[in-house]
Amino acid sequence: MSANLIEVRDLAKTFDVSAPWLNRVVERKPRQFVHAVDGVSFGIGRGRTLALVGESGCGKSTVARLLVGLYAPTRGEVHFEGQRIDTIKPGAELRAVRRCMQMIFQDPYASLNPRWKVLDIVAEPLREHGLVAGAEAQRARVGELLRSVGLAEADAEKFPHQFSGGQRQRISIARALATQPEFLVCDEPTSALDVSVQAQVLNIMKDLQKSRGLTYLFISHNLAVVRHVSDQVGVMYLGRLVELADKAELFARPRHPYTRMLLDAIPDIHMSGRSRTPVQGEVPNPLNPPSGCAFHPRCPHANDRCSRERPALAEWKGIRVACHAVEEGRL
Amino acid sequence: MAAPAPLLEVKNLRVEFPTRRGTLLALDDISFSIAPGEILGVVGESGAGKSLTGAAIIGLLEPPGRIAAGEIRLEGQRIDDLPYEQMRVIRGRKIGAIFQDPLTSLNPLYTIGQQLVETIQTHLPVSASEARERAIKLLQETGIQAAEQRIDQYPHQFSGGMRQRVVIALALAAEPKLIVADEPTTALDVSIQAQIISLLKRLTKVHGAAVMLVTHDMGVIAETCDRVAVMYAGRIAEIGPVHDVIHSPSHPYTVGLMGSIPAMDEDRDRLAQIEGAMPRLTAIPRGCAFNPRCPQVMDRCRSERPDLMDAGPTRAACWLVASKVRT
Amino acid sequence: MSSTAPTAAPSAVERFFDSDIWHSFKTSPVAIVAAVIAFVCVFCAAFAPWVAPHNPFDLATLNLADARLPPAWEAEGRARYPLGTDDQGRDILSALMYGARISLLVGLASVLLSMIVGVGLGLLSGFAGGKVDAFIMRVCDVMLSFPSILIALLIDGVGRAMFPNAHETLAFGVLILAIALSGWVQYARTVRGSTLVERNKEYVQAARVIGVAPWRIMFKHVLPNVMGPVLVLATIQVAAAILTEATLSFLGVGVPPTSPSLGTLIRIGNDFLFSGEWWITIFPGVMLVLIALSVNLLGDWLRDALNPRLR
Repeated sequence: MSANLIEVRDLAKTFDVSAPWLNRVVERKPRQFVHAVDGVSFGIGRGRTLALVGESGCGKSTVARLLVGLYAPTRGEVHFEGQRIDTIKPGAELRAVRRCMQMIFQDPYASLNPRWKVLDIVAEPLREHGLVAGAEAQRARVGELLRSVGLAEADAEKFPHQFSGGQRQRISIARALATQPEFLVCDEPTSALDVSVQAQVLNIMKDLQKSRGLTYLFISHNLAVVRHVSDQVGVMYLGRLVELADKAELFARPRHPYTRMLLDAIPDIHMSGRSRTPVQGEVPNPLNPPSGCAFHPRCPHANDRCSRERPALAEWKGIRVACHAVEEGRL
Repeated sequence: MAAPAPLLEVKNLRVEFPTRRGTLLALDDISFSIAPGEILGVVGESGAGKSLTGAAIIGLLEPPGRIAAGEIRLEGQRIDDLPYEQMRVIRGRKIGAIFQDPLTSLNPLYTIGQQLVETIQTHLPVSASEARERAIKLLQETGIQAAEQRIDQYPHQFSGGMRQRVVIALALAAEPKLIVADEPTTALDVSIQAQIISLLKRLTKVHGAAVMLVTHDMGVIAETCDRVAVMYAGRIAEIGPVHDVIHSPSHPYTVGLMGSIPAMDEDRDRLAQIEGAMPRLTAIPRGCAFNPRCPQVMDRCRSERPDLMDAGPTRAACWLVASKVRT
Repeated sequence: MSSTAPTAAPSAVERFFDSDIWHSFKTSPVAIVAAVIAFVCVFCAAFAPWVAPHNPFDLATLNLADARLPPAWEAEGRARYPLGTDDQGRDILSALMYGARISLLVGLASVLLSMIVGVGLGLLSGFAGGKVDAFIMRVCDVMLSFPSILIALLIDGVGRAMFPNAHETLAFGVLILAIALSGWVQYARTVRGSTLVERNKEYVQAARVIGVAPWRIMFKHVLPNVMGPVLVLATIQVAAAILTEATLSFLGVGVPPTSPSLGTLIRIGNDFLFSGEWWITIFPGVMLVLIALSVNLLGDWLRDALNPRLR
C-alpha cells in the first residue's frame, strides 16, 4: 500500500449548518451538523484512476475538495507520496505539494473567469508559482498546453464566452496541467457536456494520462462513464464508502445492495428492457442519517443488526465492502 | 388495416428568432407525427432545437421567437395560429406539460392540493369536492404515500423526486391526450430517475395519453419510448422505432452519437467521437447541416439539403441513404 | 480538432462597437439625448477658461455699470451677456460654466472616493465573511439611519472646527470627504451581494486550488466581475453628489466663496429673486437640473443595458 501515490485514512468532514446564534437562543434550536464525509479510506496507485460514484449528498464532491485543500478535514489523514499533507502549515512546502495536485471542475461556464483572456487563465498557475519567467516564454508555454488539449495557440487571445462547453472544459484541463501535476482531481468533468463532446473530452483525458503518467480521482454519478475511465471504483452513500473494488469486479459482481440497486437503476441503451428489482425510497436527509448502516431503510436484506451497528469497510474476497449481509454470507 | 389518425401532426415547422444580427432559424422544416398513446422521444444535443419543438407545440415560445411557417395539428385541428385565449384552454385540457426543474414548476405559495384542484376545475366541469377526490387519487397513483394528508402540504415539504411526481399528477389532472415532457428526469438522482421513468410509462398507458419526451439522455429514451426523432441543428436527422434507431442507425450523426455513448456492458479503449461541434445558429452550413463533420460526406451533401427519406426501418435525412436505395 | 472561427481575435475597439451595449445605446433616443446634454455640460465645465466668453471671477474685467442686466432676448439685455449679469456685473453664462466646473469636480471626486471606500469594504465584507462581514454591515446599517445631508454637514462641520482658517484645497478636501462618506454604503452593500455570489463560483475555487492568495483573488478575479452594478450606481450617484454639494453650498457650508459652484450661485441669486432679477438664480438652477437629469437618465439606460434579463 505504500506504493500508492495518494493514501486517505478515515477522512471526515463535518459542516456546521446550525441557525445563527441569535435564532438558536431565541427559538431554542439545537446545533445541527452535516457529516458530509464520515470516515473514508482509500488509496490510489500511481498512474491509475479511482472513480468515486454516488448520488447527490453522498459526499464525493466533498472528498474531492478535501484532497485539494479547499476544505480542511475534521479528522483523518491525507498522504501524498508517503508524506502527510493535511497538517502542513501554509507556506513554501504546502505550495510545493499543491503544485503536484490540481483540480478540474464540473461547470465549464463557471470554472473560467469570464473577464480574463484564456492566456491569463492558463498562465495563472505558471505566474503564481514562478515556473516560467517572461511574457514570451509564458505565451509559448500556454500555446503548448492548449495544443496538448486539441485547441489552437491563437485561442489564447480569446475570452471564455467565445468557446463552447467542451472547449472550455479543455481550457480547464490545460490550466490544470500547467504546473505539471502528478495527481488530478476531476469533479464531474463531463456531466455538463453533451454526449459527443463528452466522448472527446474523455478521450483527451485518457490520452493525457497515458502520455504523462497522471493519476486521477474521478468523481461522477454516471456509471457508464466511470466504467470507461476508471481502474478502481468506490461507491459512496451518505458520506461513507460502501464498496471499493476493481472496476471489472464491481461491474461483473456487485456486492453491496446499494451498488446493485444503482447498477440496476441506470437506463442504458444497450441493455434496455432487462428485468429489474424495483428501487425503493429516496436518499435520506443528511441532517438525520439513519442509525447503524445508512442504507438499511431502503435495503431489502436489512436485519436487526443493520439498524444498530454501522458496518466497517472490510476486506472480503479481494474487494472491500461495508455490509453485514455480505459479511455474514446472507447475500 | 389503416393506421389510426395521428394525434399530433407537425408539418414543415419553421421557428425563427429575429435578432439585430439577422434572423436566426432555430427550427428548419420539421415534420413528424405522434399516434394516440404513443411515446415519441425527441433527442439531440444542446442547441439542436428539441426544447424549442416542445415549446412551439405547447404554444410557449419566448418572444421574439415565433413560428414562421408550417402547421401544428392536434386531433386534426390547427393549434399554431390560435389566439392566446383559445390556446390557453387547449394547453391544459388537451396538452399537459412536465418541465425539467421540479423546484420551479410548482408555485411555492400554494399547497399542492390547491394547485391540483385549480387545474382540474379549470378544465373539467366538476365540483370542488370531486376535484379534491380526483386529486387525491392522482397522487396515490403517482406513488405518494399518505396522499390524503400530503395533499395539503406545500411544495418545499417534498423532496425532488416527490415533487416531480406531483408535477406528473398535475400534468395528468385534466386528462390530456398529449403530454410534452422536457427533460423530466435530468435534475434527479439516478435511482429516482428510474422510478419516475417507469411511473411516466405506466400512468400514460393507464390514462391513454401520448407523450413527447424531450431529452439528451439516450438511455432514458431507450427505456421509455416507442419511436425516437434525432435532431441536429434545428432539423430532424433520423426518425424511427427506438430499437432500430439505436442498434441500426442510418444517419452518420446517429451512428456517431450512439458510438460516443459509453456502454455498460463492454470495455472500449477509446470512445468513438465526432470531430468538431454542432454549428451555431448563425453559421449553419449549406446543404446538409452535418456535412463538415461527416466521415462519409459526398459532394452532394455540401450543396443540397436532404429531406427525410426511407432507410429501411427508419427514415433519415441523408444522401447516403438515397444512393444506397438506388444501388 | 479545430478551434472556433479562424479569423484573428477582434480588437477591443471593434468588440465595443459590435457589442450589445453600443447597439442598445444607438437605439435609445433618451440615452443619446442625455449623453449629448451631459457631454455639452461636461465639456463647457471642463474647458470653462477657454470656452466661457468672460471670466466672471477676474475682478479686473468686471464693470459695475453692467450689473443686473437681464438676458439678451429681453428689452434691456445686451448681446455681450447672453444670459444677463448679476449684481456685481458678472456674466451669468460664464459663471454657469465655472460653477459647473466646481460642481462636477466635487461631484466626481466624491463619487470616486465613495466608490473606492464602498467597493473595498464591500469586497472585504463579502469575501471575509464571519465577524468582519457582520461588523461592516452593522456600520452600514448605522450610517443608513442618518440622512446623507446630515452626515455631510457633520463631517463638514467637524472639518471646519478642526481647521478654522483652512487653505482652499483643504476645504475642498473636507467637502469631498464629507459627500463621499455619506454615500459609500450603497456600493458596499451591492458589492457585498455580488461578491457572495462570485465567491462560490468555480473559477474562484480554481484559483484557490492553484494557490493564489486570498487578497489577490479578491482584486484580480472577483472585482472585475462585480463592477457592472457599481458603474450603474456610480453614474446615478454623480447626480446625487452634485445635488448634495449644491445643497451644502446653498446652505453656505459647501465650497469656499472664492470658488462658487452652481449651488453658491443659486444662493447668491436667491436674494434677488423677489426684486425681479430672476435670471441670476434660475439659470444656475436649470443647469444643475440639466446635469443631474442627464446623468441620471444615462445611469438608468446603463442599468437596463447591463441587465442580462432585459436584453
